[in-house]
Amino acid sequence: MEAEFIETMLLTFELASITTLILLFISIPLAAFLVFTKTRFKSIVETIVSMPLVLPPSVLGFYLLLAFSPASFIGEFLTSHGIRLAFSFEGLVIGSVLFSLPFMVHPIQSALSQVPRSIFEAAYTLGKSKLTTLVRVILPLIRHGLISGIVLAFAHTVGEFGVILMIGGNIPDETRVASIAIYDEVESLNYAMAHQYALTLFIVTFSILLLVYTLNKKSLEGLK
Amino acid sequence: MIIVNVTKQLNTADGILQAHFELTINGGEFLTLFGPSGAGKTTLMRLVAGLETPDSGHIEVDGEVWFDSKLKINLPPQKRSVGFVFQDYALFPTMNVRQNLIFAAENNSGRKYVDTLLEMIELTSLASRLPATLSGGQKQRVALARALVRHPKILLLDEPLSALDPAMRQKLQNELMMIHDRLGVTTLLVSHDIAETVKLSDRLAAIETGHVKRICTPIEFFTTHTLSGKLQLIGEVLKIEKESPIVIVTLLIGSSIIQTVVSRDEGERLQVGEHALISVKAFNPIVIPLNEK
Repeated sequence: MEAEFIETMLLTFELASITTLILLFISIPLAAFLVFTKTRFKSIVETIVSMPLVLPPSVLGFYLLLAFSPASFIGEFLTSHGIRLAFSFEGLVIGSVLFSLPFMVHPIQSALSQVPRSIFEAAYTLGKSKLTTLVRVILPLIRHGLISGIVLAFAHTVGEFGVILMIGGNIPDETRVASIAIYDEVESLNYAMAHQYALTLFIVTFSILLLVYTLNKKSLEGLK
Repeated sequence: MIIVNVTKQLNTADGILQAHFELTINGGEFLTLFGPSGAGKTTLMRLVAGLETPDSGHIEVDGEVWFDSKLKINLPPQKRSVGFVFQDYALFPTMNVRQNLIFAAENNSGRKYVDTLLEMIELTSLASRLPATLSGGQKQRVALARALVRHPKILLLDEPLSALDPAMRQKLQNELMMIHDRLGVTTLLVSHDIAETVKLSDRLAAIETGHVKRICTPIEFFTTHTLSGKLQLIGEVLKIEKESPIVIVTLLIGSSIIQTVVSRDEGERLQVGEHALISVKAFNPIVIPLNEK
């Protein structure tokens, strides 16, 4: 029982960490695009990014399951290359990335949009490329947005249930994460175990958030 | 020598403006762009820096083409040797004063030059402070020093002194003059302030509705109505009181307010809020220094 608990918790945080890392790399360019673009497709991209906020997780999970199944075009392509996404850890990662996207993009987007245009332009006139400007000037400047995004995306992935249930199922050490385990334990009337999962999640998420808000407040005060 | 001949469509508060800027700036010159807001002064600077792209035309600096619509040349701002001081200073908030300057340096000799500049602009004691802890004048000096780190061919100053109090303005004007004398860098300044313009610039380019209307020395520009007066002052008309048969005009000259009597005809030509030239003749003014011991 103990081993299974640890295994599940580790899998949960592994999923959340990988998802958060991928999201970080996707969201910085995506947020920058949304802040600086002048195309009329901006609203469409914004809508797609924000969809997971209002869409029931089961809807996204259902369509992902259909897409991943070998009967579909995408699934067929993946299967022919030896990739199986339905009921696998990799599939969970893709589902979580899509579902937590707005939680990472929005804080970064809002932080970026507050950076005055002249800060970018000053770096350009000092001979710095866009990439150097981003890495050395802009990212340190919007770190509170990055931290919020990382925390929200991480916490949201840890807490995600619907999408994972649809595409992941409940396979120990492959797709069985804490939120599913709680549901499973409650169903089998094993309240003590459910408690153990629930309380662990509660304490861990509370501690992470508390730590981040404390650090964030300090770093913001230093800049004022 | 800097040659600018560009067109650009501007969206101003009064609608679309077809701007056409044509001017030649001599090497080492201090040129002020003077004119009402919305005339395109800042745009002209941004076109030179490459922060905005002209619709057509040609920009050449010391024989190097920075922009040419026919040859399809358009150097990005990174490739143009400019130092730009922004109205809001645009200091990097997460870097301290020295780091702001070091960031601009390209190599070791650049980093050594940072120390020279910090000393020249009296910033050495502030080197490890973050921009947020500096006063407006100090920020402005850091921005100026940062713009000079790369030895730019042209220094662009977009109303850098407008947000400062008069005493600080005075100090920074002197500093700008000192830097211009010592480094000899070609400088373009946007300014609304007559005293500042006269004090600092070799020549003045009057910008109106997207065109360079006139280039001349500031004194020539502000004393167009050449009178054989012994004393000429420029002031802002604050109040016009018609007391038949004369008119009493209140003017602001520098920071002092004076009242004077003019004829009705003269009074008709004046308007509140506009600048006027006050010329006094046929007497010897007494000029004494204020801080005499």
